[in-house]
Amino acid sequence: MASTDVAASENTQGKRKEELETVVIRFCGDSGDGMQLAGTQFTNVSAAFGNDVSTLPDFPAEIRAPAGSLSGVSGFQLSFSSNDIYTPGDEVDTLVAMNPAALKTNLGDLKRGGILIVNEDAFDKGNLGKAGYDTNPLEDENALAGYQLHKVPMTRLTRDSVDGLGLSLKEADRCKNFFALGLVYWLYDRDATPTENWVKAKFARNPAIAEANLRSLKGGRSFGDSTESFAVHYEVGKAQLEPGNYRKITGNEAIAIGLATAAQLCNKELLFAGYPITPASDILHELAKLKNFGVKTFQAEDEIAAMAAAVGGAFSGDLAVTASSGPGICLKGEAMGLAMITELPVVIIDVQRGGPSTGLPTKTEQSDLLLAMFGRNGESPLPIFAAATPGDCFHIAQEAMKTAVEFMTPVILLSDGYIANGAEPWRIPEVSDLKPIKYEHPQSLNGDNQFLPYKRDEQLVRPWAIPGTAGLEHRIGGLEKADVTGNVDYSPENHEHMTHRRQTKVDGIADFLPEQTVEGPEKGDLLVLSWGGTYGSVRTAVQRAIKAGQSVAHAHLRYLNPFPRNLEKIIRSYDRVLIPELNNGQLRLLIRAKYLVDAIGLNKIKGKPFLVSELTDKINSVLDES
Amino acid sequence: MSVELPVLTAKDYASDQEIRWCPRCGDYSILAQMKKVLPTLGIPKENFVFVSGIGCSSRFPYYMNTYGFHSIHGRAPAIATGVKLANPDLQVWVITGDGDALSIGGNHLMHAIRRNIDFNIVLFNNQIYGLTKGQYSPTSPVGARTKSSPYGSIDNAASPLSVAIGSEATFVARSVDVDIKHLTMVLERAAHHKGTSFVEVYQDCNVFNSGAFLYASKKGEKEDNIIYLEHGKPLVFGKNRDKGIRVNEMSRPEIVELGSGISEDDLLFHDSKAAEPSLAFLLARMRYPEFPEPVGIFRDVERPVYDELVERQMQDIVQEKGEGDLEALFNSGDTWTVKE
Repeated sequence: MASTDVAASENTQGKRKEELETVVIRFCGDSGDGMQLAGTQFTNVSAAFGNDVSTLPDFPAEIRAPAGSLSGVSGFQLSFSSNDIYTPGDEVDTLVAMNPAALKTNLGDLKRGGILIVNEDAFDKGNLGKAGYDTNPLEDENALAGYQLHKVPMTRLTRDSVDGLGLSLKEADRCKNFFALGLVYWLYDRDATPTENWVKAKFARNPAIAEANLRSLKGGRSFGDSTESFAVHYEVGKAQLEPGNYRKITGNEAIAIGLATAAQLCNKELLFAGYPITPASDILHELAKLKNFGVKTFQAEDEIAAMAAAVGGAFSGDLAVTASSGPGICLKGEAMGLAMITELPVVIIDVQRGGPSTGLPTKTEQSDLLLAMFGRNGESPLPIFAAATPGDCFHIAQEAMKTAVEFMTPVILLSDGYIANGAEPWRIPEVSDLKPIKYEHPQSLNGDNQFLPYKRDEQLVRPWAIPGTAGLEHRIGGLEKADVTGNVDYSPENHEHMTHRRQTKVDGIADFLPEQTVEGPEKGDLLVLSWGGTYGSVRTAVQRAIKAGQSVAHAHLRYLNPFPRNLEKIIRSYDRVLIPELNNGQLRLLIRAKYLVDAIGLNKIKGKPFLVSELTDKINSVLDES
Repeated sequence: MSVELPVLTAKDYASDQEIRWCPRCGDYSILAQMKKVLPTLGIPKENFVFVSGIGCSSRFPYYMNTYGFHSIHGRAPAIATGVKLANPDLQVWVITGDGDALSIGGNHLMHAIRRNIDFNIVLFNNQIYGLTKGQYSPTSPVGARTKSSPYGSIDNAASPLSVAIGSEATFVARSVDVDIKHLTMVLERAAHHKGTSFVEVYQDCNVFNSGAFLYASKKGEKEDNIIYLEHGKPLVFGKNRDKGIRVNEMSRPEIVELGSGISEDDLLFHDSKAAEPSLAFLLARMRYPEFPEPVGIFRDVERPVYDELVERQMQDIVQEKGEGDLEALFNSGDTWTVKE
């Protein structure tokens, strides 16, 4: 990421201060070192200061892998800027490595000449061995010569900082992350007040620990200010964000808040049925706090029960939701088919992760699109939406629920590990700008002396009559139903007719979805077509290509089934179509099948988001070929 | 203020759908008794919901003129959980079979019962997979010769009541499909119980497992093979009511002849309200032919009901925090303002 020097000044300590536009920092250490916390705190103070921020937490699947091991390294990368940014950055400007294993696994991402801060106390023989170092890289003149290396005895300095508070060594050492944070706060001229407030609130019942963390934070800052090692520190100005009130939000938080909002606005209770699974569990955690918003959370015995309970809740008239990740969605498949054939409104959230099977639980991937499309027996089309950014999760969760209720259908909402855990500033909406979902529970018969549960309206939507309504008693179920009456019917004509009706209903939703928008020229050499969590990197790459004078446009899909009505027209307006995906080409398969377009793929299956440079390289090579 | 309910009869609970069970299937009797019981409960017809899984028994909801959901194999308790969570005022019946409840749906059964959700589970036990035309089920006895066990089943059989009691069920009962009066009584009691009621019904599959429960249903034989449980009464059985169950010094049940020094006072007295489930478990483990099999209400105790707890917790949180305020929710955590 480009870091532009804009101005330089000197402070009272005689240290130079330089102004930068965008900075990428990564904190990495043992999974017990508190790196996620350090990263989150840095993000909070930067967002509160007024920077645009984007984050990428990266942690191991094991809660406590062996200390010092390569597999136990946990990292948190964030980018903050005085400009609009859409990604947590490609190359790292400043790397904080708390031990040899963290250095080894992360050094490759630090740009040449970048700042490298290491806890030199952790570079002992044992840790070096666990990281696979034969010799200490900190003592090797050549090994780290390309970087601005700062060896900081953090363990010792942290212990000194908390001296006199009566802490055990173990407790003292757990404050290291705050020392590192204080140092980086100094380096980037951050106001630590939000972190100080957080520490005071978090450890209100344990004043000694609170004081220790505050002293460590201060110790790190003073160290930066007073040691000769650090000659320069930096400033990143406020970003020109759209005026309004902001907060930081992750995708999972935004989904939870979005769902609670949908329920509150239409004055209905929300039944969220889930089963713990990474990286979707935070949706359950967030919603579980919101019981005073009419939110019921049901932690089911398994994924199947979670889906089944959601179906039962929808039958009884609640706004019903379940959330999971790929393995759980597989288990839910049969019950999703039941919701499909009974035409009940349920939102099914799939926070995608690396697969197949257990795969890479904490890493991101976009490989469940075809599962969402086709992962049920029989002809079982469902609307599929995909969130583009953490903040978009708030809106699309409401759109998914609206579509489910208005069209009496399950809706699949795809998120992914990257946007679920990643955070960005979110402009807080005005409640009065939000529209409630309209729904109707019929109270009277819709046929001659009888209630007809499969009598459809113009959009082929059947009525949502709920138990407890006198006179509308009816039966639904997984067996094929006769149209209109809903009685069991196996006849060949009826089955084909009902299959078409269900398909036509879902296809018809396209008429009520916004048309696809394009950024860039309306016609040209290349369309980059993306979906889901890759939005930020693709947008950045295409913007750069446009700036460089290339004939490239970007369309980012939020609706994957049905596709927007104008998508074909857009696709045909460009000579080539490039579809970058974090999978083996799943959207490309659908686009090729539907529009007979020879789309090109850029596919990455490493559990990591696209770097902007990877996209730029591919855009260049496609344009060079044509 | 009570609202006068219209007077309904069994006929009002029959749907217009043709019943497609085999002629003389035990399911007919259970359906008939259910239709008789419902109008007596004082519950508006629109508040009944029947939820079933897959299997012959699971066609049941189609034949009831109530709300009904014929779902997928084994999942009825989970679907019914959702129905109750959305609207605790409904009276929900889960209709299931031995394969549906104990094999593919065993997990949901156990968890529904331990949560004590206020619904009624009726398990039609015919010891066979009927809809798939005759494979051994989790309750088929060892040695059962079926299409999938031509040399005899080697699977140890599951006991529905042991599973229910082991899952801390608050209401556990057993009846027999053709024992009309008894079945009616048991269904009625199940309906009135707050919390999960678990009822096993011995049901004859006259096509694939005919006569499996003759010992418990045939007049003139059953008197020696089953024992009617009554709360507070001694366990007496036999055509001449001359036999009883006594608990010996090893805490095991044994059959004793009454008379010759043994009176009813020496027998085991049934206590369906016992706080500890050990008695219910002992009774559930008495199997024919070693023992007469108990029928009736094994256990009927009170414990907090899940769906009520869910509601109460929500109300408590509203009391504590006030009704949810979206604006406050949006603005929670660190916020900042970007000015023009």
